[in-house]
Amino acid sequence: MYEFKYHRPATVRQAANLLVKNEDAKVIAGGHTLVPVMKQRLASPPHLVDLSHIEGLDTIEMKGRSLVIGATAKHAAVATSAVVGEAIPALAELAGGIGDPAVRHKGTIGGSLANNDPTADYPAAVLALGATIVTNKRRLKAEEFFQGLFSTALENDEIITKVMFPLPKKAAYIKFRNQASRYALVGVFVAKRPSDVRVAVTGAGSDGVFRATAFEEALKKRFSHKVLDGVSASADGLNSDLHGSAEYRAHLIGVLTRRAVEAATAK
Amino acid sequence: MAKISLIVNGNPVNANVDSRTLLVQFLRENLRLTGTHVGCDTSQCGACVVHLDGKAVKSCTTLAVMADGHEVRTIEGLAADGAPLHPMQEAFREHHGLQCGFCTPGMIMTAVDLVNRKGHDLSDHVIREELEGNLCRCTGYQNIVTSIAAGAKAMGKSA
Ligand SMILES: Cc1cc2nc3c(=O)[nH]c(=O)nc-3n(C[C@H](O)[C@H](O)[C@H](O)COP(=O)(O)OP(=O)(O)OC[C@H]3O[C@@H](n4cnc5c(N)ncnc54)[C@H](O)[C@@H]3O)c2cc1C
Ligand code: FES
Ligand code: FES
Repeated sequence: MYEFKYHRPATVRQAANLLVKNEDAKVIAGGHTLVPVMKQRLASPPHLVDLSHIEGLDTIEMKGRSLVIGATAKHAAVATSAVVGEAIPALAELAGGIGDPAVRHKGTIGGSLANNDPTADYPAAVLALGATIVTNKRRLKAEEFFQGLFSTALENDEIITKVMFPLPKKAAYIKFRNQASRYALVGVFVAKRPSDVRVAVTGAGSDGVFRATAFEEALKKRFSHKVLDGVSASADGLNSDLHGSAEYRAHLIGVLTRRAVEAATAK
Repeated sequence: MAKISLIVNGNPVNANVDSRTLLVQFLRENLRLTGTHVGCDTSQCGACVVHLDGKAVKSCTTLAVMADGHEVRTIEGLAADGAPLHPMQEAFREHHGLQCGFCTPGMIMTAVDLVNRKGHDLSDHVIREELEGNLCRCTGYQNIVTSIAAGAKAMGKSA
């Protein structure tokens, strides 16, 4: 790891000022993506701005009809939060399935979204639930936020402060783990929302998280796995690697969507 | 360099460290607490697990500067020198939960955290799920699972 200067701001404003003042500075939250990447010397920011000591940035609460999760809320906190368990149990389950217990004690929702790893879990939830990502500068819809592999709409000096989730009527997330990395080979988040149905897929797309519109159309007519007979995902634009071909991933999207719909309706 | 102050195994520690120092390096090289191991250095194996503010974390993926102002407990902090072993350590000894012993400090710190979160009556299934982040190249896990179940119960009695 290359040398850097460490900063520990007390507020988001101080953190943002540090980013403006110091070129190529990066924020660090849980460090469970950034530290490994810095160890491999794939990133070498000269300044690190620690968000993990900003008070109130990890608050989880209901605000009006939305579940609001602060950017530095850890995966373990989301998994065990009574507020999340009540509002969107599928989201608590998703957080409880990220990595392992030690990873969940450090990794944060903001870090996961800013990183936009094509196999990460949270992006599927954010896209399927139609969440809004709030930064120190603006509000971004999920569709605007994710911009392909490891890229987002975030500017260099922009900090995610919270994520607002409208409540779905039903939802479930099912992932099929890669046996080696334990990340999602394919993960599908299904959400029956008051106005529509969304199916978001992680792990499979060569451009990151995406919506499986053919499944959404079928489920809009009736939210039951039975309407999915004959609906399939195309292998176009899916990843093909030693872990699985694009065709295999397309097959898994169908299987996992059915299972997720079954799980959501059983709740 | 950065000045850090933290509590390690109950004792206050002050040091001047290079900000890129990993917590595990700081524990092993500065404090000579070599019970915490580095198995993979890529966040996968759990040999480096310590408790940070009472919660299991991978110290190879934590910067020492980020632990400034916090409390760390390592395997050395479970039982004082010469005192009887911690019930979880004793259970690993009793049930042959180790062979070479390299993964053991991380296994035990993970197990104690698990008991703190999920109580003293742990099914094999729960234990296996919770060991997702700890690898052992020797035992085949069977005796580790037995040890943790027994250690969890023993911790309930001694508490
Ligand atoms: C062994 C292991 C297994 C894992 N398994 C899984 C898994 O199964 N599923 C999964 O989804 N993830 C998994 N992860 C990733 C884990 O969830 C990461 O913690 C997470 O993706 C990043 O969160 P972080 O808080 O650690 O971010 P950091 O590492 O601190 O930061 C990551 C990036 O996001 C930026 N950033 C952080 N916070 C903000 C913010 N508030 N605003 C703007 N930018 C920000 C940083 O600058 C950096 O570029 C795993 C990680 C490990 C080490
Ligand atoms: S050495 Fe830290 S997880 Fe392997
Ligand atoms: S006892 Fe040898 S690695 Fe676990």
